[in-house]
Amino acid sequence: MTADTTDSMELVRLATTGSVDDGKSTLIGRLLLDTKQIFADQLEAIEEASRQRGTDYVDLALLTDGLRAEREQGITIDVAYRYFATPKRSFILADTPGHIQYTRNMVTGASTADVALILIDVRNGVIEQTRRHSFIASLLEVPHLVVCVNKMDLVDYDQAAYDAVVDDFRDFAARLNIHDLRFVPVSALRGDNVVDQSDHMPWYQGPPVLRLLEEIHIASDRNLIDVRFPVQYVIRPHRMDHQDYRGYAGQVASGVLKVGDEVVVLPSGYESRIAAIDTYDGPISEAAPPMSVTIRLEDDLDVSRGDMLARPNNMPHNGQDLDVMVCWMSDERGLHERDKLAIKHTTNWGRVMVKDFHYRLDINTLHRDEDATGLALNEIGRMRLRATRPILFDEYRRNRATGSFILVDESTNDTVGAGMVLGPAT
Amino acid sequence: MSSAYTLSHLGALEAESIHVLREAVAESERPVLLFSGGKDSAVVLHLAVKAFHPARLPFPILHVDTGHNFPEVIEFRDRQVAHYDADLLVASVQDWIDEGRLVEERGRNASRNRLQIEPLVATIEEHEFDAVFGGARRDEEKARAKERVFSFRDEFSQWDPKAQRPELWDLYNARTRRGEHVRVFPISNWTEADVWGYIRDQQIELPSIYYAHPRRVFSRDGMWMAESDHIQMTGDEQVQERSVRFRTVGDMPVTGAFESTATTIDEIIEEVRVTRVTERGASRADDRMTEAAMEDRKKQGYF
Repeated sequence: MTADTTDSMELVRLATTGSVDDGKSTLIGRLLLDTKQIFADQLEAIEEASRQRGTDYVDLALLTDGLRAEREQGITIDVAYRYFATPKRSFILADTPGHIQYTRNMVTGASTADVALILIDVRNGVIEQTRRHSFIASLLEVPHLVVCVNKMDLVDYDQAAYDAVVDDFRDFAARLNIHDLRFVPVSALRGDNVVDQSDHMPWYQGPPVLRLLEEIHIASDRNLIDVRFPVQYVIRPHRMDHQDYRGYAGQVASGVLKVGDEVVVLPSGYESRIAAIDTYDGPISEAAPPMSVTIRLEDDLDVSRGDMLARPNNMPHNGQDLDVMVCWMSDERGLHERDKLAIKHTTNWGRVMVKDFHYRLDINTLHRDEDATGLALNEIGRMRLRATRPILFDEYRRNRATGSFILVDESTNDTVGAGMVLGPAT
Repeated sequence: MSSAYTLSHLGALEAESIHVLREAVAESERPVLLFSGGKDSAVVLHLAVKAFHPARLPFPILHVDTGHNFPEVIEFRDRQVAHYDADLLVASVQDWIDEGRLVEERGRNASRNRLQIEPLVATIEEHEFDAVFGGARRDEEKARAKERVFSFRDEFSQWDPKAQRPELWDLYNARTRRGEHVRVFPISNWTEADVWGYIRDQQIELPSIYYAHPRRVFSRDGMWMAESDHIQMTGDEQVQERSVRFRTVGDMPVTGAFESTATTIDEIIEEVRVTRVTERGASRADDRMTEAAMEDRKKQGYF
């Protein structure tokens, strides 16, 4: 490990997607190796495995093939998390497979990501899979997209080949909602522009991948405007020294809470002021996402898990009908109109019914199939959900924390769907 | 810090872990914290205390005592329990062996690692625990890299890596039916360096064996093993005194020490920084036997 655990490091969450062939595992292996996250025993193990497989170079992809089933099939079957750090930043990387049947894993990885890394084989250019990955990153509102145009060594580091891919991608991406888009020409296998600047591509003036990841500004991606504090747990110590203590524990979803601020407790609508923001290390005067804190109010109100604190002049939607996009994640059952499901949204469980199914989206062409009546595994569609009780929500594009939800099968308890709120349904 | 509202990476990891702890307690009927006495479980205990402050810990602590623990670890456990006024449950492997319910492994590599599984599962069943906290980290080992923060276990406590619940945003699904439970790993996203940095920043107490100390040891398979009644030495193994410390806490017969003079947390962090071998590769004889060792044990209900 190269990085000291100094206080100035920032935590950044990455998601990477790519196919078996476009060199994603090699890129990750390279990032881990060159930031010295790979230990001698791990390196020896993959050197041995590479020899057994008869490859003449150390197959860095073997580093990221975790489970036995994957090694046997030679593919990655699930989301795997990797960790690496530089002196500036500490990275959590959600590594997801790229083939079509695993859209759900890609959605999972993208759900928490600050930055999505997409790999393109320069010889193949923008293919169906590239479009799918980019669409998912855009649908999940990943704030930054870094496109690695890989295998530059196989086209003799030719700038024209790179430019053609970049132009193609920009044409396609214009149809998506991507806020920040970057391109880097790389050879993951040879290490060009991964950690160190490549000598082979003097025409490329930008930073290598790792430096780009260190420099992308993510602090301002958070929503610091709309105060939303979902109450997670009520702390009542029942101890002699804290007889009357009543604190509302939770993680700040968005906005900045300050001691003395007027707040409204939803759904009851009672107003009060923040008396204190407590932590184990002592009281603080302000709290912002993603801090986990405990809030005390000036008034003795009946607040419980699932309630939300907001500002009286800035409240979330409160309604039973939601216009949503859902990614279906179950191979055991599909989604159809009239289905009833459990929903978890912020710290709240409830029940919803699929009222009107609007369309299924072809994530390769973005074509809307309005004849479809439901979703199967890995399909994405738009529909209206009707909840049994009002839900406190925001549009997902404005607030990832209060605009996202999961759907759970009520008999098996499996998580079967992931959803994003587009807005109130009319 | 670039802005007053920005957390350091350890601050962000802590906030996530506290969120996970609160969520699991809010969503389960009978949570419990598995405590090995190792540094990771010490960090989880510390985070749990922070999450529910100023209330007492809202769940008991469960220790699976193999009977082959380092005495320093048992002392540490009891000190922590007393300090936090926590409830302690002990599942004793020795009791199971004495009652004839488990049979001791034999031979040079005999260990009680596998024997922990049944007493652990039986205790979870007996108390009907539906959320079981553990200190596992995803950076420890390849099979763990794919495990969820809320990891579902069926009524046989088995983990099925191919049928894991999707886990999105910070919306955890802790729902279980009777007899099932979720293992919850609040420090899934921490690395070994993060754990040490946090122990330093928060001044978290650890068992003394993490720090360099003189000990009677002998060399086996490239590791220094502690002399004890629980390990059989072969004829050519020679005991000598060395300054050593342990990088993980396990059973005496399977946990190797390495030579070190690091007696302070800063010296340990420097040692971790320059080390070139993983924790488990360096000090756990049981994990070195087969590459898929961890995957097999996890499926059976081991952490």
